[in-house]
Amino acid sequence: MEAKPLPLLEGLSEEFFGWCKNGELRFQRCTECGVWRHVPREMCADCGSIDWDWQRSCGRGKVFTWTVVERPLHPAFAESVPYAPVVVEMEEGVRVLSEVVDCAPSELRIDMPVDVHFVAVTEEVTLPVFRRRAPA
Amino acid sequence: MINLRNQACIVGIGETRYVRKPGSGLSQLALQLQAAKSAVDDANISLKDVDGLMPFPNLGHAEEFAANLGIENLRFAATVHTGGAAPVASLRIAAMAVCTGAADSVLIPAGWNAYSGSRARDTVSQDVSSLPGGAIARDYYLPFGLTAPPQWYSLMARRHMHEFGTTAEQLGAIAVAMRKHAQLNPNAVMYGKPMSLEEYMASPMITDPYRLYDCCLETDGAAAVVVTSVERARDLDKPPVSIVSVASGQPYPADEITNRKDFFRTGLTNAAPEAFALAGMTPNDIDFAQIYDCFTFEVLQQIEEIGFCDRGEGGDFVEGGRIELGGDLPVNTHGGLLSEAHVLGMNHVVEAVKQLRGDAGERQVEDARVGVVTGWGDFGDGSIAILSR
Repeated sequence: MEAKPLPLLEGLSEEFFGWCKNGELRFQRCTECGVWRHVPREMCADCGSIDWDWQRSCGRGKVFTWTVVERPLHPAFAESVPYAPVVVEMEEGVRVLSEVVDCAPSELRIDMPVDVHFVAVTEEVTLPVFRRRAPA
Repeated sequence: MINLRNQACIVGIGETRYVRKPGSGLSQLALQLQAAKSAVDDANISLKDVDGLMPFPNLGHAEEFAANLGIENLRFAATVHTGGAAPVASLRIAAMAVCTGAADSVLIPAGWNAYSGSRARDTVSQDVSSLPGGAIARDYYLPFGLTAPPQWYSLMARRHMHEFGTTAEQLGAIAVAMRKHAQLNPNAVMYGKPMSLEEYMASPMITDPYRLYDCCLETDGAAAVVVTSVERARDLDKPPVSIVSVASGQPYPADEITNRKDFFRTGLTNAAPEAFALAGMTPNDIDFAQIYDCFTFEVLQQIEEIGFCDRGEGGDFVEGGRIELGGDLPVNTHGGLLSEAHVLGMNHVVEAVKQLRGDAGERQVEDARVGVVTGWGDFGDGSIAILSR
């Protein structure tokens, strides 16, 4: 079976996934205007600044939307169906495409609270995934 | 600002047969050449008179079209890189070219072997360089199995269902309407294969909320049009179809689909008001709409963003036969990408011309004077043309 596709660890993606490998979800935050951004970009689209740093996310978000893939359209996911790519809206305001690993697709709900978690898929690549937040 | 309202015309249309099994038997280029030749013949001009070419992105170079067609004096060549929004967007560039003298007659071909050749689902996930935002998809979507267009757009469909109560039956009403229209079109791949709402609901889920019949066809075929100036069009035999206005737009950001502040704002959201302003018209002036129907929800969304109804009302709008022939706004009278064929939206332009010439046969919209055609591409790029007889 074909291996699942992996990010190419180059440029800003290498940095983003490098933090994930450390067990940290970090997004770029503009040092001029303070706006968070994802996916990684070279410039702040809000103020035009090229100065930013990788700031750690609180890791908390909620489900914004998702799809349930029942017929795989990529051979590497043939045995994964059904599975659900999920868009998570983080408390910082940015959205991340990921998955909720401890939740059957049929149990997903919009606004469901989730927390970041990390899965090492290869020696080099760790992906940020999510788990349902336990009720307080 | 120069308004090119009614300054350019579509004077020729051409199509190949639209087929699935066993395929066209022609190369991607040969298919498009066939459609191109019939568009030029339909215009009743000579290939020597064609001096502009606008190939679809990644489906052929102007040079090879010109070499095969015997176009010895190619003065103008351009491609609009907005995927399925390109054919309609190209009408504006072609109009600019023929109105400024950059070209006299511009040929716009589009076509592919999307059934017998490589499938779109493969190219978008394996050729990241052909898609704006391809590297973003590679690094941030593909590892999670978000690999193909129905999956991208179904994220929007689900959110719309959540915010506005849009239902599966409403998406089904769109699929059923397109299929109904295809029964009046012998060149439609789904001709002779009617479909009920029950059959739609029973079709297998592909990527929830999209069922099989929410998804466009994968077919072999090509279509083409010829654009020239209104002055030149007066000398030709066929009744010209006037390009009243065209506008294009992109969502923001255009290369990434999840981080849009307004999740439903696509390219068409900005392009539609511009097109109506340039035309001096409103959606009430429109007799029919050929809407790029890659998936059912995209039809509903474009109906809203064009302004045929308010955002959130699209679900009600598409029900009760309103978008069928005989309804208030017949949509995709040829059957669309869902039930005629996936010819990258060029078949929508061709159908609009047939309607405005009064040549649509059994599916003719009565007294059709003004129509809208849209394109949709990549992560939501949009284009819209208002055409009139």
